[in-house]
Amino acid sequence: MATLELKSLWKEYGDDVVLERLNATVETGEFVTIVGASGCGKTTFLKMLLGTESPTRGELLLDGKPIPDEPDETRGIVFQRYSVLPHLTAERNVMLAGELESSRFLGHTFGRMRLALRNEARQMLEDVGLGHAMHKYPHELSGGMQQRLAIAQALMKKPRILLLDEPFGALDPGIRRDMHKLVLKLWREQNLTVFMITHDLEEGFFLGTRLWVFDKDRLDPQAPGAYGARITYDLPVGRDDAHTLDSIADRVDSTARALND
Amino acid sequence: MKKLINRHPGIVSRWALGLLPFLLIAVIYTAASTARLEENPNDKLLPSASAMADAMHRMAFEPSKRTGDYVLWTDTAASLQRLAIGVGLAALVGLVFGIANGAIPLFRAGLSPLITGISLVPPMAMLPILFIAFGLEELAKVMLIFIGITPFLIRDLQQRTEEIPEEQIIKMQTLGANTWQIIVRLVWPQIMPRLIAAVRLSLGSAWLFLIAAEAIAATDGLGYRIFLVRRYLAMDVILPYVVWITLLAFVIDLVLRRYSAWRYPWFHGRTA
Ligand SMILES: Nc1ncnc2c1ncn2[C@@H]1O[C@H](COP(=O)(O)OP(=O)(O)OP(=O)(O)O)[C@@H](O)[C@H]1O
Ligand SMILES: [Mg+2]
Repeated sequence: MATLELKSLWKEYGDDVVLERLNATVETGEFVTIVGASGCGKTTFLKMLLGTESPTRGELLLDGKPIPDEPDETRGIVFQRYSVLPHLTAERNVMLAGELESSRFLGHTFGRMRLALRNEARQMLEDVGLGHAMHKYPHELSGGMQQRLAIAQALMKKPRILLLDEPFGALDPGIRRDMHKLVLKLWREQNLTVFMITHDLEEGFFLGTRLWVFDKDRLDPQAPGAYGARITYDLPVGRDDAHTLDSIADRVDSTARALND
Repeated sequence: MKKLINRHPGIVSRWALGLLPFLLIAVIYTAASTARLEENPNDKLLPSASAMADAMHRMAFEPSKRTGDYVLWTDTAASLQRLAIGVGLAALVGLVFGIANGAIPLFRAGLSPLITGISLVPPMAMLPILFIAFGLEELAKVMLIFIGITPFLIRDLQQRTEEIPEEQIIKMQTLGANTWQIIVRLVWPQIMPRLIAAVRLSLGSAWLFLIAAEAIAATDGLGYRIFLVRRYLAMDVILPYVVWITLLAFVIDLVLRRYSAWRYPWFHGRTA
């Protein structure tokens, strides 16, 4: 059964066409990585999946029904900018999902329930390598540590669809590899559907089951907003040769220059 | 040599620099006072330090002949009580309506225009109305403080609530929070240190309204006293009272600041 269907989806801001005629079907359990030039509409696409932006034309269907137009627990997100809550320690940030679920009115838990949540949270923090920073507030953590905390927080909720907006941009290569392992592990265990934006083409090739390239196949250098980006490559990954990677990289580079100079 | 904007005083020179202006004022005052008293020993305008000390000793440690009270302390207690009730109520109402307005668009649509309107009414112009409506008792004075600062608190906290990053509100929803949970787990805890900051800012006006109300209708209180003894040109009481009021204001501000830094380290750590 199809989880997610894009039916000639458009997104425009005023006269600027950001995305045009997106058509695709994504099954439960796929891991889609998205690459594309800066400013071509990747984050905008995630926002539509999240429900904070709505398509201007076309349909975005989840299990055959229009996707809910407000965020809810079916779709977890890790934003490009840090999305952890500054007033809670790392541990409390990770416990939050459980607390919200078990106490609809107070949003706080006590006693044994709390202890159980805390133990789960500690395990998760160990998994993302933040075991030593349990009691720190986000402002006491580095950018990369905050990003790992955000991933831990989102994964605790076990969403059906996980949206990751350049989650590993600020991490060094060693930790990045550990995070890849963690995300892949949780993806398999929880049968998640993952959409991950990345600027690192190789990460896209290596990590997902499917790679999307967002690019403007029509580009008017005088008016970059006249045409929107489309999915120009939709590849099952793992089987593609280095040549494809290179030619995608070239295309994306030239679009990026046209959009950002 | 570093640029001026990058040169910071050490701990000793900071204190020295901070105290210097106070010292200067004291010296100038003493000189002026001595000069006037030499010309006319009965001059009331600039009493000497010892005259002020005597007057304060009388107010603080000798029971009043008329009522048997220790005037300074009963005045202080009466004023602080009014201030606490007025500011406390205003903070509570400001918190509730600020959060509701900031977080819930439907609420905001209904209330924001009214609150903007009310905030434009000069509170002092309301004073006669308050006296007529609530009599000359405590309630009118507390109400003046309340009416004077509540609109500011509501509007400030509404704005702070609206400034909470969109990402965090979305995040809460993806973690399964309903509107009420977003308020109790995200908005309220984040607004509390901002409430303290707003109260600190509004305390200046609160004192203004308190003293104005006491000057017009009261039988005790710091504002009542200074306006009462004004009739006798008793500067030896007025000046120390003003200093005392200033000191109280300073201590309240300090306590609030310290409490906030201790209770909400994440807030002060981030803005530092
Ligand atoms: N609220 C908005 N109003 C108007 N235009 C917008 C709005 N949000 C985004 N855009 C425009 O949509 C385009 C796509 O933005 P988006 O954030 O999706 O880019 P992106 O692909 O995520 O880029 P990056 O890789 O730099 O994060 C940009 O040209 C941006 O100016
Ligand atoms: Mg983006």
